[in-house]
Amino acid sequence: MNREKIVFAFFIMLALTLNFGFFLGDIDQPEHHSVYELYAAIIVSLIATVMKLGDRTHVGAVLLATSLVADLQLIIAAIIWGAMTHLSDTGMTPHAMASIVSLSAGALLANITSVVLLIVETMTVRH
Amino acid sequence: MQHVFYLLLKRLRAPIITIISVYAISIVGFVLIPGQDDQGNVWRMDFFHAFYFVSFMGSTIGFGEVPYAFTTGQRMWATLSIYATVISWLYSMGTIFSLFQDQNYQRLSRRTRFINQVNRICEPYYLICGFGATGSRVAHLLDKHNIPSVIIESKLKVINELETTEIGQKLPSLCADASDPDALKIAGIDNDLCVGVLALTIDDQTNLAIAINSKLVKPDRLVISGTQSKATTGNLASFGTDTILDPFEIFADHLMLMLKEPYKHLIYDVFVNPHHNVWASPHQNTEGSWVICGYGRFGRALEKEFLKHDIPHTFISTDPRGYKAPPGTVHGTGTEAPTLIEAGIESALGVIAGTDNDADNLSIIITARDLKPDLITVARQNVRTNKPVFKAANVNLIMEPGRIVANEVYMRIRTPLLTECFSLIRKRDEASTRALLHRIANAMGEQELDAWTLNIDEQKSPAITEAIAEGRKVGLNALEMDPRNRDRALPAVALMLKRGHDSLLVPPPETGLQKGDQILYCGQDQAEQHMGWIMRDHNTLRYIQTGQVGPDGLLWHWLKTRRDQARGTK
Repeated sequence: MNREKIVFAFFIMLALTLNFGFFLGDIDQPEHHSVYELYAAIIVSLIATVMKLGDRTHVGAVLLATSLVADLQLIIAAIIWGAMTHLSDTGMTPHAMASIVSLSAGALLANITSVVLLIVETMTVRH
Repeated sequence: MQHVFYLLLKRLRAPIITIISVYAISIVGFVLIPGQDDQGNVWRMDFFHAFYFVSFMGSTIGFGEVPYAFTTGQRMWATLSIYATVISWLYSMGTIFSLFQDQNYQRLSRRTRFINQVNRICEPYYLICGFGATGSRVAHLLDKHNIPSVIIESKLKVINELETTEIGQKLPSLCADASDPDALKIAGIDNDLCVGVLALTIDDQTNLAIAINSKLVKPDRLVISGTQSKATTGNLASFGTDTILDPFEIFADHLMLMLKEPYKHLIYDVFVNPHHNVWASPHQNTEGSWVICGYGRFGRALEKEFLKHDIPHTFISTDPRGYKAPPGTVHGTGTEAPTLIEAGIESALGVIAGTDNDADNLSIIITARDLKPDLITVARQNVRTNKPVFKAANVNLIMEPGRIVANEVYMRIRTPLLTECFSLIRKRDEASTRALLHRIANAMGEQELDAWTLNIDEQKSPAITEAIAEGRKVGLNALEMDPRNRDRALPAVALMLKRGHDSLLVPPPETGLQKGDQILYCGQDQAEQHMGWIMRDHNTLRYIQTGQVGPDGLLWHWLKTRRDQARGTK
């Protein structure tokens, strides 16, 4: 058992679960998607990214890339959310909500890839 | 070895995560804590406003409470957040600054800078291993003629000093053991632009490792190595090291030349020492016996030459038996009068202070001169910085191992033909050498003497190859006229003409040039530029050959032909 490994896997897993939790629900219903959950997903995703920094292995590089993709998608989703509630006259519309959730779905894919890579890497370590 | 950027990222993981966490908690706090708007209604900050507030609070503090004045609960949270964010920023900055001071980090960043500098070089360069007395002199000589070099030196102190000098700003330098293949690799030992490897460290094993490495990677590339022992010399030669330089043998050889054939030595001397010290004027008596202090590597090299030329000599050694000195060797250092007298200083022609201690050598010279003022004095100078002291002691000839090797290395790099030229000169008689020396002295005047090689080929001298192809004869003298005024001669002397495998020493001026010729010239460096002009520009060549400044361009050419025809019909 390695404390560093646990923390690492914890954050990668948490990024995925939070992301999934936000994604769950009708795509255009603002009530089904919590802004707090999106916030938590972004923070955890950022922390997961930083934890992957400085790893020079090939798997490490791919993990970092997937994490960056997830960050990008989630941050864009958050920006759209903020823009819709504060800048537009109409407030949040079902159309905007749908694009926010679909962006988070993209991030979800990236996070799934991360977890799969993590599992594959764990399996290849024999001991 | 890892890249410096990754080291930075790895070290910054913890601080960055801290900042993200502190920000995340602060933002959530502001979102959750209820506030009041200007009408007194309950108002909660949303994520956007919370992020905005925390962002400027963390870095600047003092933008005021936005968008509405805070409630007490919000103020409490803001107070906590201020301390938390400031501390996390201080922690991150502290980590970054301590990383910049870290020895490992500095080594890595220097290494990265070195790699970048080497990669930026886009012309042929030389790799100098060892920046001691020899290496630094070679680097300076090469730099003077704009030939780039890359330096590897094992002593950090030397590298630090180098970086503060002008030359150190220009040349990439790396602090590493030069026998380490990795260091050689990043210095570009397998790079095509690295045209020569100079193994000039003080350690024979290192030199050996460098030479082997270079010969394995690129067998054809020039490798020049310094050496301290016979065994290494043999080993270096066994795998094709191009030039092996033993300063003691070179010096012993030159000393003999100076005694026996002073003019030949003078020719050599004017090339390697622009401001040479000529004690060996030919009027001086050079018959007599010598006292040599110190019997080590230097002593043995001298002994070989003295025996070969049958010159009487006596050694003084601190441990004659231990060093297996020849019979008749006097025991002592030579710094005290009785030892010198015992060795026969009073009847000697000269004294050679050849120990590996500079203070001893100076003491020997001064003591010996007290005993016999008209002695020829030769001293070995081991430490470069002692030069002023040796100069002040007025020693006739200073033997500086680093300088000797450096001069040889430089000569072989800059003008490889010069070495061949010297060996030809040594086969000639003294009288013709004397005549040549006078010509060189006239040409150089008060200037520093320079030597260069001209190649007669399409690339370097298109005007001449064109003229030869047209069937016109171009003589060597065409190169020696001033392109601005052909009645004047350029300050240069043709030393040697190399055609195929034949080499002709001091070719006569009317010699016709052929394609593929190589000509070794010496003289003032401005003459080299003028020669380049003649070789490249066919108008200049025509002026040199005919004295006419002809029209250039098709139109003028056509007009001239017409005018000539018109004149012809009149």
